[in-house]
Amino acid sequence: MKGEAILLDHGGGGRLSRELIEAEILPRFGRGPLAGLPDGASLTSRMRRLVFTTDAYVVQPPEFPGGNIGHLAVHGTVNDLAVCGARPRWLSLAMILEEGLPLALLRRVLDGVQAAAADCGVAVVTGDTKVVPRGACDRLALCTAGIGEALPGFRLGPPRIRPGDAILVNGPLGDHGVAVMAAREGIGIAGAPRSDTGPVHRLVAALGELAGQAAFLRDPTRGGLAAVLNEAARAARREVRLDEAAVPFSAGARAVAGLLGLDLFSVASEGRLALFCRAGAADAILARWRRLPEGRGAARIGEVARGRTGRVVLATVAGGERILDVPEGELLPRIC
Amino acid sequence: MNRPDLLDGFRDRRLAAALQRRIAERASRLPRTPLTLMEVCGTHTVAIARFGLRRLLPPAVRLVSGPGCPVCVTDAGFIDAACELARRGMVLATFGDMLRVPGTAGSLAEARAAGGDVRVCLSPLAALEWARGEPGREVVLIAVGFETTTAPLAAVVARAAAEGVRNLSLLTACKTMPAALDALLRAPDVTVDGFLCPPHVSAIIGAAAYRPLAAAYRRPLVVAGFEPLDILDGIDAVLAQAGRGAGEVENRYTRVVHENGNPVAQALVRAHLEPEDAAWRGLGVLPGSGLRLRPAFAAWDARVRHGIEVRPGKPAAGCRCGDVLRGRLDPGECALFGRACTPASPVGPCMVSAEGSCAARYRYDRAPADGAPSHNGRTGRRKNGRQKR
Amino acid sequence: MCLAIPMKITRIEAGGRGVCESAGARVNVDLSLLDQPRVGEYVIVHTGFAIERLDREEARAQLALFEEIAGLMEKDEPARPA
Repeated sequence: MKGEAILLDHGGGGRLSRELIEAEILPRFGRGPLAGLPDGASLTSRMRRLVFTTDAYVVQPPEFPGGNIGHLAVHGTVNDLAVCGARPRWLSLAMILEEGLPLALLRRVLDGVQAAAADCGVAVVTGDTKVVPRGACDRLALCTAGIGEALPGFRLGPPRIRPGDAILVNGPLGDHGVAVMAAREGIGIAGAPRSDTGPVHRLVAALGELAGQAAFLRDPTRGGLAAVLNEAARAARREVRLDEAAVPFSAGARAVAGLLGLDLFSVASEGRLALFCRAGAADAILARWRRLPEGRGAARIGEVARGRTGRVVLATVAGGERILDVPEGELLPRIC
Repeated sequence: MNRPDLLDGFRDRRLAAALQRRIAERASRLPRTPLTLMEVCGTHTVAIARFGLRRLLPPAVRLVSGPGCPVCVTDAGFIDAACELARRGMVLATFGDMLRVPGTAGSLAEARAAGGDVRVCLSPLAALEWARGEPGREVVLIAVGFETTTAPLAAVVARAAAEGVRNLSLLTACKTMPAALDALLRAPDVTVDGFLCPPHVSAIIGAAAYRPLAAAYRRPLVVAGFEPLDILDGIDAVLAQAGRGAGEVENRYTRVVHENGNPVAQALVRAHLEPEDAAWRGLGVLPGSGLRLRPAFAAWDARVRHGIEVRPGKPAAGCRCGDVLRGRLDPGECALFGRACTPASPVGPCMVSAEGSCAARYRYDRAPADGAPSHNGRTGRRKNGRQKR
Repeated sequence: MCLAIPMKITRIEAGGRGVCESAGARVNVDLSLLDQPRVGEYVIVHTGFAIERLDREEARAQLALFEEIAGLMEKDEPARPA
């Protein structure tokens, strides 16, 4: 491929478009349904129930310690399917590229997509590329859609939540949001934790015959754990009680959060899962999770109480109590 | 001691429970209850709320927030002046806390949405960097804070002067804490039996700065750190003094605060700033309670350089921030709290500042909308002048 | 308005500047408010400035005092039924 940067013609459908696809897309994704470049992918599934999701990714900066927007796009879509109790199978990938985007950056992003897809056992089966004039977007944006096959035994949703249910997470929270904030220009923090971007679908599959013990599943992305727990508490009209001392946070995330005045409960993770399950199954599920690399830090962090308040109450590390509220708007670094 | 202990050690649940018991025992022996303690530090306000410490206190001990948030005590007219500078095309450097505070006609966030170049910084040094890097632009640093922040601000002026950076100026609203404490101790309608003194202001000014106040008013003035154990220990110390009828300065944050504070920081501030009268929301004009740049540094004073005047603004109709800041009104007792005034649509600064009493109450401890008691046993509203329980 | 965290000085540079670290996170910090700062010292950092030292011996002593209080409180607790 000639040249170092993306040009408008790369999205024009002509010769340069074809060259871009042949040089960058086909070598990475050209086996399977994408071979021959049909307009749509023909897929076969033996399952009666499918799960379908879509997502857009505009993270800035597009590269950060621990990954890039490509990894994020695959993990995010895989995880949306996983929390619906599905086995992720096929992804579409549409890219909107800014004119002048360095080709080297695009290659690294596509390498990220390829690596993440291979690790997750999913295939990128169709896609699209558009190029917009300089300034019309900030470097690049990705849009995905994902199809998964519903796993047997899962019945998930707030109505299934009962008093006494346990709440589990698979590892330390907030590393992704902290990594991205610290990587932004002008923040001036080095040595921040790496993003936790990663798939959670193997954790869901690991429930196996215990699937029926699961009531509610969510990945704590934008808005963090606070958003997920409040959503569950409000929809189920129950009180959720958390033990702050049991919620895992990495020391590095706590340090950066302290510097920026962030509340880690409201910071995004991209490789984490919050599960509401029947209390009797919690230990067994934790044991299965801890056998997987993505579940090493799994912990039981709280429970569903009888009260009908619809709020989340935190027993603080100091022994006091307070509300864990839904985060307000965009996270602004505090100095106070 | 490895680093985790410096934070986690002062959050230990078991040690907190022991202090809680000691506080309860002292409270049960108090001659006169309830005992009202006021903290005057936004970081204390947030720490108390975030760690749910009120729940650990017996009913005989009443913990009240005072004017500890410099953003909250800043007059609305100051925001108006800042927005005016943004409209004139200057770069405005501000800490995140100030961004959403409403002025008479909008906030800095709204000025930014309308095209103003308003940038959030974590350090005043960023403003200096922007001024250096963009010599064609005028950079104005919104310089609001108590003594903890005034020292870094003075250091930035010193650097700008030394480097000959001329396109940076400060719009100041710096205030000094002892003057506020004096006003509160003097006020006939403010009943406070003891104070927790602000930890990092005290690191700069020293515990000695409070001694004239203790001598004049004979009330306990305890310097306490901002970790949960520090705060509980500070409350315990106030109770201990109250129990023996003492009214002294006591430094319980000895790992950071010295009797005479930080002399290097104090000298830097004295060299660049001088006292002025300052208007405090909720307290009125307090003589000598502010700091402005000395005439020698007028070139870095935004008021002088840009001919901008800060005129007193009008508080929004129905806003009770002034009473909240004096500790006269509990946030939950304000008619606007949680209804017309929320963090998403704030009427006054106490709700929008990250350290404001109302924001802390709303975020961490508000009663559910249906009026059932909050989990701390308080309802949102007061009827007939008495707190419903 | 004192958001400040304890950090360790890991490097001192010319002109009153330095680098401080906490749990692996590193920031540039202005040390000009301190008198003769040294690498290895702990400081309180506010808005990018070290505003004071943190004395670890005092911290240790204070925690020991809290431990003592806890010991006293626990001794006085009435025996609970088994």
